[in-house]
Amino acid sequence: MNIKENIKTLIIEKPLKLDCGKTIKNFPLAYETYGSLNNNKDNAILVFHALTGDQFVTGLNPITNKDGWWSFAVGPNKSIDTNKYFVICANVIGGCMGSFGPSHENPETKKIYATDFPIITINDMVNAQVNLLDHFGIKKLFSVAGGSMGGMQVLQFVSNFPDKTKTAVPIACTYSHSAQNIAFNELGRQAITADHNWLDGKYTSKNTIPEKGLAVARMAAHITYLSKKGLQEKFGRKLHERDVLKFGFDADFQIESYLRYQGSVFVDRFDANSYLYITRAMDYFDLAKQFDGNLSNAFKNTKTKFFIISFTSDWLYPTQENKDIVIALNAIGADVGFVEIKSDKGHDSFLLDVPDFLKALKNFLDKSYTEQ
Amino acid sequence: MKSEYKIIADIIEANTRVLDVGCNDGTLMEFLKRNKNIDIRGIEISKDQVQTCISKGLTVIEGNAEFDLKQFPNDSFDYVILSQTLQAFRNTEVVTKELLRVGKKAIVTIPNFGHWKVRINLLTKGIMPVTKTLPNNWYNTPNLHMCTIKDFVKFSKIMNFKIFKSLALINKNVSNINNSNLFLKNLFAELGIFLIEK
Repeated sequence: MNIKENIKTLIIEKPLKLDCGKTIKNFPLAYETYGSLNNNKDNAILVFHALTGDQFVTGLNPITNKDGWWSFAVGPNKSIDTNKYFVICANVIGGCMGSFGPSHENPETKKIYATDFPIITINDMVNAQVNLLDHFGIKKLFSVAGGSMGGMQVLQFVSNFPDKTKTAVPIACTYSHSAQNIAFNELGRQAITADHNWLDGKYTSKNTIPEKGLAVARMAAHITYLSKKGLQEKFGRKLHERDVLKFGFDADFQIESYLRYQGSVFVDRFDANSYLYITRAMDYFDLAKQFDGNLSNAFKNTKTKFFIISFTSDWLYPTQENKDIVIALNAIGADVGFVEIKSDKGHDSFLLDVPDFLKALKNFLDKSYTEQ
Repeated sequence: MKSEYKIIADIIEANTRVLDVGCNDGTLMEFLKRNKNIDIRGIEISKDQVQTCISKGLTVIEGNAEFDLKQFPNDSFDYVILSQTLQAFRNTEVVTKELLRVGKKAIVTIPNFGHWKVRINLLTKGIMPVTKTLPNNWYNTPNLHMCTIKDFVKFSKIMNFKIFKSLALINKNVSNINNSNLFLKNLFAELGIFLIEK
């Protein structure tokens, strides 16, 4: 696959001081846009992607030849209506879809960065992406939206740039990664680094990838994106292409072959080192800690109108963690709405066809847009 | 719009900050936002009603007022509205205190259990009353703590809050309640509407 010719890239010349202390400059930020920016430049929505997402929000992803990750929510006449809004999405730094990441070459050593790439944070990600506003001449976005790690970026963005967006929609997220969240991410990282092909991160130079480790990381994570009920209803104890148990360790059950498949397709599209870096960024995310333990202070004086959405069966970023954000915003009298959507589809609900969610998102955006 | 909502809207001063607790489909919120330039928020327990409010462009938080009022700091709102819901809470005293903590003033309306039809129902038929304002049967009613207008006045003394305005709704007509007519209003009003302050 030729990644470069299908990818729009903005080179950010301005130095960006990262939380780890290092400064990066002249680095690429890959992005995609949908719809068109109006003359007033007041219809732009910056969408933030989750852990394994990319800038290809909707339509056909030219790299994977599959639907964009948020095709249910973004597109003509959809919740984020591209007939009406100008949608921008960037690949996060640390990622592997064209933005500055561990698979890039270090110009000083002429070697792939791998684990020499600086540790990045959610804060660094949004500080890189805010450059897109200048690039398009946008003074103020109409909205910032995203689920999971995308939601964390929404929170960080509003905190960093309180005047740069009219509305904000953090979905199925948290303001502080919990011990359980960190534990699952660590499991994934351990799976990758335990793979003998990881080679301390230098697998590219040996023309190999830690395929098994990355697949296991994806399989474990995938389970956390679903609900027990959802899994039970879809797979139960159904057998995979067989009528009886084979008394061995092949994939007897459908859930096993499903997970194996999810793992195998993931390794084709995602870089193992990026997985390490991005999960680390999520683990380091604690917006309250940035404000001496008081989350409300992260949003002090904000005029941004918030709409927070959670899902009943999401146990990875449960409703209470989303409500904690609502509580912090109410404590400072911010304009905040909240709804918990009933769904059996777990954390993944925000990516799927969940009509109540899509309806609420559309109504919130469209009503807020007409009122501006 | 319901006569009750019109009366509530008349009590509320324009350009203030208001919380509608149990805002249903947002009818009152929408009216206050449009006509009195109110900075209005709602809390609603039903997911369907929350969706309806969102479709009207209203800022609503899905939640249970019994527990979720505590997230608001003291005096967050000029008024807190509680329309015909006080009787449905498990802990009426705590919720009342919370209303008066979160709001500088509160407007509380109660379906009057002292209404003559209610009394006749119990007196003549010997069954729990089912009326237009109290349409449920005893076994499926959400109402846990029914009270009369007189009870609420007494409650204000026990809980030590002030009643600034007390109005009776009788056949869509509104009238003042005072000490001398309390007996009659308690007999004829379907609804009591109170503006209270701690």
